[in-house]
Amino acid sequence: MGISMGNALKSNAVARSATRLASKKNKSAYVFMTPWLLGMLFLTAGSMLFTLYLAFTNYDLLTPPKFIGAENFRQLWQDPNFWTSIRVTFIYVVVSVPIRLAAALLVATLVNKPIRGIGIYRALIYLPSLLGGSVGASIGWRTLFDQNGPINSVLSLFGIHGPVWLGNPVTAIIVLVLLSAWQFGSEMVIFLAGLKQIPSYLNEAATIDGASGVQRYFRITLPMLSPIIFFNLLMGTISSFMVFTQVYVITDGGPMNSTLFYVLYLYQQGFQYFHMGYAAALAVILLIIIALCSGFIFLTSRFWVNYDV
Amino acid sequence: MPSTSKAGLRLAMRHVILIVVSFLMIYPILWMFFASFKPDDQIFSTSNLFPTTWTFAHYIDGITGKSGTNFGPMFLHSLEISVVVVIGSLFSSALTGFAFGRLEFTARRFLFGFMLATMMLPAQVVLIPQYIIFHRLSLINTFVPLMLPSFLGTTPFFIYLMVQFVRGIPKDLDEAAAIDGCSTYRLFVSVILPLTRPALITIAIFAFYWTWNDFFSQTIYLNNPNLFTVPIGLNMFMDNMGNSQWGDLFAMSIVSVIPVLIIFIFFQRYLVEGIATQGLKG
Repeated sequence: MGISMGNALKSNAVARSATRLASKKNKSAYVFMTPWLLGMLFLTAGSMLFTLYLAFTNYDLLTPPKFIGAENFRQLWQDPNFWTSIRVTFIYVVVSVPIRLAAALLVATLVNKPIRGIGIYRALIYLPSLLGGSVGASIGWRTLFDQNGPINSVLSLFGIHGPVWLGNPVTAIIVLVLLSAWQFGSEMVIFLAGLKQIPSYLNEAATIDGASGVQRYFRITLPMLSPIIFFNLLMGTISSFMVFTQVYVITDGGPMNSTLFYVLYLYQQGFQYFHMGYAAALAVILLIIIALCSGFIFLTSRFWVNYDV
Repeated sequence: MPSTSKAGLRLAMRHVILIVVSFLMIYPILWMFFASFKPDDQIFSTSNLFPTTWTFAHYIDGITGKSGTNFGPMFLHSLEISVVVVIGSLFSSALTGFAFGRLEFTARRFLFGFMLATMMLPAQVVLIPQYIIFHRLSLINTFVPLMLPSFLGTTPFFIYLMVQFVRGIPKDLDEAAAIDGCSTYRLFVSVILPLTRPALITIAIFAFYWTWNDFFSQTIYLNNPNLFTVPIGLNMFMDNMGNSQWGDLFAMSIVSVIPVLIIFIFFQRYLVEGIATQGLKG
């Protein structure tokens, strides 16, 4: 109401019509909001509360849910697969997110300069991030690291006997981290947009003062980009916690649960064994973990994110 | 001329690095693309990227179902679901975006704050209850659970994008329309909606692309093979196939990414803008 009323003071006629419009708007606004409100009630907010309730039941889809208190959480505490999935997912997040951000930042700096054919370079580098999460690309990635796949045949050209990538717990997770790193393109695009926002006079002034390229990069470019690094770090962390398709297609948790990611475990409990209550408890814990990690990133941001400009 | 040649050398170095990086990035895609045209006995036996003899048999076998899995109907299902989700997303985000961005109503701030908070909500947290609801309604093994949520605005990114866009449209237009006796509905349909075209295109692109690539919800809601979509079909085919069917699998994987490539080629600007300004996930 603020703006329409403020302007309306200029003339009484406009004021009257604007007030009438405002009261009408309140009614019609809810007509416009109806689809979203329905979705929020039943599919978002309602579902969140329902998940919270289910987490304290033994619901299995066949018999009516029975309230069992904190039993699910007690079982989770003693469930070795739960702890494995936490460990695997944390390792993945902590390793893959920084690699992805570093690659995105480095290559964004590289493709920021307008040289001939830069559009094509950018497009080719960005393309994998469009395909990376799909089943088709995951299939390609899986065969790429097949024992007889192209990675190992290239390695053998150099006389290296390539490992059985997907048969070994350590290399299996490396394959998944590399697939994540391969998709740095969307972060790169965001960094590129940020690099364009840096006013050129800053770099010009620093050059006149005798600052070297490296100095300018660390003293001007990185601080100026820090809000964008923060954004990419936050979103990358959240989405890495939820990785599913690639894992399901490439390793399905194996070998020996070494890639039993959190959401994969949630999927197995909920939609393969139909332990809905148990899966709901997993979902609640996922929400708490993500909230804590986001909160942590927000807290640290005070020390390294520059909001001056 | 030493400085010019030095600059030239640096430019050449830059090109060399960029060519190497670009090649490494698209090598996996190129490899799968060319492998899909190789006869089966050549796929893993040679480190040669290009086929020595070209065959289109894998594509024909995959589409016609000769390989044991009939991908033809799956492409139609994926297309049907994606197109309906695009329509649903445009519908809900236009209405909600207009209301949040332009109209005043009770609890607007609270609801908007709630909408922003759900942007960070993991889908899995609400998927279990949603599955139970659709299970109760006997809608498992229909496309309804995959399509309906889009009509109810369950993708907060789209609504946020729309709100931002609507807020950018000058308010003078509203006031002029109000003086002309234009109702809120007319304001929406005749004034605001036509101006939000770029936002609508961005939403349509991402709705299509995310739904086309979605695997989690499709594999949960669909377990009748007659209803399978491309991602489910590909995964199932890979699990069940014999050792001699890699070519078919690659051919169908390549076909499955073609719609994404088409979007990429024709709507790159909207994709890049969506990612760069809204942080939409690529």
